[in-house]
Amino acid sequence: MNVTRGFTGRPRVSNAGLPPGQYDAGDDWPVLSAEVTPDLQPADWSFRVDGLVAQPRTWSWDEAHALPASAYEGDIHCVTSWSKFGVRFGGVSLDAFLDVVQPHGSATHAVAYSHTGYTAALPLADLTGGQAWIAWEYGGEPLAPEHGGPARLLVPHLYFWKSAKWIAGVTLLDHDEPGFWEQNGYHARGNPWQEQRYSGD
Amino acid sequence: MTETFAPPTRFAVPGRIAVSTQTEATWQTAALAEIRRETAHATTFRFAVPDWPGHLPGQHLMLRLTAEDGYTAQRHYSIASAPDGSGHVELTLDHIEGGEVSGWFHTEARPGDTVEVRGPLSGFFAWPGDRPALLVGAGSGVVPLMSMVRHHRSRGLTVPLRLLVSARSPEELIYAREFGAETTPVFTRSAPDGVPVGRMAAIHVAPLLAARPPGGWEAYVCGSNGFAEHASRLLVAAGQPVDRIRIERFG
Repeated sequence: MNVTRGFTGRPRVSNAGLPPGQYDAGDDWPVLSAEVTPDLQPADWSFRVDGLVAQPRTWSWDEAHALPASAYEGDIHCVTSWSKFGVRFGGVSLDAFLDVVQPHGSATHAVAYSHTGYTAALPLADLTGGQAWIAWEYGGEPLAPEHGGPARLLVPHLYFWKSAKWIAGVTLLDHDEPGFWEQNGYHARGNPWQEQRYSGD
Repeated sequence: MTETFAPPTRFAVPGRIAVSTQTEATWQTAALAEIRRETAHATTFRFAVPDWPGHLPGQHLMLRLTAEDGYTAQRHYSIASAPDGSGHVELTLDHIEGGEVSGWFHTEARPGDTVEVRGPLSGFFAWPGDRPALLVGAGSGVVPLMSMVRHHRSRGLTVPLRLLVSARSPEELIYAREFGAETTPVFTRSAPDGVPVGRMAAIHVAPLLAARPPGGWEAYVCGSNGFAEHASRLLVAAGQPVDRIRIERFG
């Protein structure tokens, strides 16, 4: 252990919800997108699921809203070390979209892509079973543009760069295809509890 | 079959910049060699990192402090120094009110202290020195941009580079003494006699876009999220292609 002289740190709080190396950002919700925030209206938004599926399909804003509503209440964790507790997102479970397109048994991974061209790589197993959403509400209000509105992917059990803002689609693959940050040295899976920040972690 | 996705809108993410593919997974000890006050709120910390692998201007590192009971705090910081092969890197840190890590640096740290660093990290905001660079920053957002200015100067690069930097006042302009003809400061609260006071605006950005070099500018925007949103919109409005604007937002 490499102790830093004179460093005591914040008061220790026993917080079982805080993954290793993270701190509680409190009321802050930092914005870290690398590109210009797009001026994307709900009428121009669409969401597509394709790749290794039986029935590729594109949903409009209204068609996506016709699916059963689903909410996430819990925590989110950013690779830059902040975590945010007790957030509430509203939208539709990704399972509802996947049920329609029927993934092939050969599908193991996915690339989520944004209306800006941003991409994120995910194992398919992290997107199914009630673990992922297409979210358009935050705290009961429309999701703000700088946080990915009108709609973003939400995969809260992984570092938040996987939760692509301005989500445009998910392509199912039979292999891992690195996305924007994965190509820039970040981890293929990004599990905060195993502190998978960078490739090699 | 997978169809190729074409964004229906006119915005896009800039392409990636090639950085070393070597993954910096190991923590290294960094010994504090020098402390240099820049402004009332910002100080530069120079570290000896003997095995530092080198970096590109604009990259950042992860820094970790460890308490006696094993508690650690880690933060990402942009690198302020140019890559110079000296085995040293410099960070310039704002003193953030109640900041756990920046607070230690500004109140406790002294030469000889050791911390741990890991990096360099991320290639997205890096400038390899190979393309004209239009740098736009505010406050401590100037830190990674200064690495680019210093790199440009120390290597004697001839590729065009301009810096547009916003600060509250001349006293709060970090690196003020180092800037040259490449830099245009914008003061938001107070300025020397004869210099206008106000927020960065189209009037500051337009002349730089009008003097676009062959091949156009690669724009690098760094600052708070509020500033980054404002400045990136000014650039788009002035005609800078949206897929050539790279943004580093300080959270």
